[in-house]
Amino acid sequence: MLSLQIEFEQGRRALIVRLRGELDHHTADIVKARMEEAIAKEDIRHLILSLKDLSFMDSSGLGVILGRYKQITSKGGKMVVCDVSPAVHRLFELSGLFKIVSIQDNERSAISSLEVAL
Amino acid sequence: MSDKNFMTLQFASRSENEAFARVAVAAFVSQLDPTMNELTDIKTVVSEAVTNSIIHGYNNRFDGVITISTQIEDDIIHITVEDNGQGIEDLEQAKQPLYTSKPELERSGMGFTIMENFMDEVEVVTAVGIGTKIKMLKRIESKKALYN
Repeated sequence: MLSLQIEFEQGRRALIVRLRGELDHHTADIVKARMEEAIAKEDIRHLILSLKDLSFMDSSGLGVILGRYKQITSKGGKMVVCDVSPAVHRLFELSGLFKIVSIQDNERSAISSLEVAL
Repeated sequence: MSDKNFMTLQFASRSENEAFARVAVAAFVSQLDPTMNELTDIKTVVSEAVTNSIIHGYNNRFDGVITISTQIEDDIIHITVEDNGQGIEDLEQAKQPLYTSKPELERSGMGFTIMENFMDEVEVVTAVGIGTKIKMLKRIESKKALYN
């Protein structure tokens, strides 16, 4: 079994993607493929990435997140990341990702941040 | 009084071994009683170094050998990750934050930056056609008081 599970939920305003487990080089390819396919669907405009149950991430995860950020913004959408652990937050700071991606405490505030922005 | 311990791991350059490598090193160094943050730092840098060996050293080939040596002495952890891959042609460029030689693979180019930020010392020895060795050192804060 893969050490990472992906869950998709189509919300009213955004596609919610929940990652559970460990996001490294080994699991990055499948996360990339599945998210890329889901975001490419016509009715997807915004993306909420929930990292509440992500127990490990390294620079391979940063690459996948940055790639999906580019994908959703090229469609005119926004990306919000929520429930970021201190360890993942540190990686976001080091890479400068936190400057371009909106970070919210939880899914609820992520959803309302998109509503305010609309 | 010095108190040394060490271990060595050798495994194939397959991406499924990345998790094994970081968990094994974390389990070994946990005898120094590091904080959760220190343990996460160590798992992350091992993951970065092993991923570099697999993707860049061995170009995603499965038949390469990666060797990790870990030594603990007092409050200091030494970790060496070594491959016999293709080596790094331009090390200074490779170390630049956000630089990646493989942009088509969606690499973030943050591997060396993370290693340098999460560890106290990082030294890279590389030779084209021979391989790369990354030597890292970290002091475990909770142990410092005991030995100083």
